[in-house]
Amino acid sequence: MQAQARETYQAVIGLEFHVHLATTTKMFCGCRVTYGEEPNTHTCPVCLGHPGALPVINEKAIELGVMAGLALNCNVAERAEFARKNYFYPDLPKGYQISQFDLPICIGGHLDVPLGDETIRVGITRLHLEEDAAKNVHVGESGRMHGSVGSMVDYNRGGTPLMEIVTEPDIPSPEAARATANHIKEIMRAIGVSEADMEKGQLRCDANVSIRNPDGSFGTKTELKNMNSFRFVERGIAAELARQREILESGGRVEQTTLHYDPNDDEVHELRSKEFAHDYRYFPEPDLLPLELSEAWVSEIKSRLPELPDEMRARFVESYGLSAYDAGVLTADRDLAVFYEKVASEVDPKQAANWISGDLRARLNEAGVGISDSKVTPEHMIELIGLVGSGNISRSAARDVLGTVFASGDAPSAVVEREGLASMGGDALSGIVDGVIAANPDEAERVRGGDKKVIGFLVGQVMKEARGSADGGRVRQLLLEKLGS
Amino acid sequence: MISEEQVRHVANLARLGLKDEEVARMGEQLGAILESIDKIGELDLEGVPPTANPLNLTNVLRPDEPREELPREEALAPAPEPVDGLFAVPRID
Repeated sequence: MQAQARETYQAVIGLEFHVHLATTTKMFCGCRVTYGEEPNTHTCPVCLGHPGALPVINEKAIELGVMAGLALNCNVAERAEFARKNYFYPDLPKGYQISQFDLPICIGGHLDVPLGDETIRVGITRLHLEEDAAKNVHVGESGRMHGSVGSMVDYNRGGTPLMEIVTEPDIPSPEAARATANHIKEIMRAIGVSEADMEKGQLRCDANVSIRNPDGSFGTKTELKNMNSFRFVERGIAAELARQREILESGGRVEQTTLHYDPNDDEVHELRSKEFAHDYRYFPEPDLLPLELSEAWVSEIKSRLPELPDEMRARFVESYGLSAYDAGVLTADRDLAVFYEKVASEVDPKQAANWISGDLRARLNEAGVGISDSKVTPEHMIELIGLVGSGNISRSAARDVLGTVFASGDAPSAVVEREGLASMGGDALSGIVDGVIAANPDEAERVRGGDKKVIGFLVGQVMKEARGSADGGRVRQLLLEKLGS
Repeated sequence: MISEEQVRHVANLARLGLKDEEVARMGEQLGAILESIDKIGELDLEGVPPTANPLNLTNVLRPDEPREELPREEALAPAPEPVDGLFAVPRID
């Protein structure tokens, strides 16, 4: 009964992303955008909110925003305006945030999110630009507070160009929410709009979560904030859905509220409502002039739009004959995709995909480095795959060689020579096979009699003798030949 | 007109502490402003786009190039209680 009841609870999830744009300077002033520098070393009267200081729009930020909108299939507005969002908080020195309200730069788009073997389409409601707030360092985090003081502020981040992307409530599950967040990151990185590193706070995600009423209408939604990793996006939403289900199952009503996911106890906690008593009194920013995003400007930006992950994925399937899964894995990381294409231009593309999406990627993940920071070059992979293809080394030896190349940056051929990993010549291997047959007469007889099951045992014995420098397939073939089976 | 409750609400949003007699006076003044703004409503503005700015200019932009920043001591100079290069502020409730 429980399972049945659960099926009738359909999740309705919408996401809100905040993305730092990859500009050199801030949104409305010429201070540098930096990460991890000494506090308050990149400020000026504009981003400190000094009276009389005037903002000027960073052209690059507009271009990156438009580029992101185009990548998300949005309509770019002909005319856009900035607006003041008024509220008091120490991270906002002017007492308002310059944002966009009724005339954002982009509206109405979508993205197709790969989810397992399927794709789900998630609508984009709007995309707008604003300035990021400064960073509050709360008591307890620093352990260096004075008695009367409550928190400390670093304005380096204040004024960083920030893009907000709001999706339609089209996302059916926590897994799909995580996949959507992942895909947004992929797209932003692929088009060079943002590094979108969640750990650096360059990509942040909030969720609106509700459960559909039995009649199909939307239930009361809650807002879930502060999910600062892809894993927490999924777990936070799952925790909130579980909470809402429990309320509904016990005959209660979900209250509209803002929640915070705490990964430590895997639960959501309500934020004090006073903190979020929203009454922002938006009005057009009088210190800035409207934007006119002419067709010529937009098409010029469009012409600079690099290949999108979806397009690249389709091309990898089409021109390299890869599975959708492999194509997805390789294109999920632009650097890895570029690396792959270099290798695939010289060797069998499927072999290249197997090695790169399998062994190489596993090593990268284990070491926690990206391909561009690793010592392995496309030339290394080309050489390694060539050595396996020509039968010079076995597959298993090649795995070890890759490990050494990964650690040292030495050429695969040099590693093979140095460590004596070259495959055994035909004669030597043949000798070992003969020896194993002689040492295991019973098993050999059973293979001769047509019992193929024991062949694995004999292969294993040969491999052991050959100490890994033999190819399993070749050994099996040799055994079968010799045993006339 | 504007109600006393609305005046108190707006004052609270603006973090202004008004005395009772000030609430009445502000109510009158704000009411007068709202009345004159209401006059615009008497015009036929069908098809006239809202004006965000009286200047007939758009796309006033700057290139993405760094400009001079404030030295930290100068940035922190107006702060009554800087701590380790940070602006210290009262507890947020």
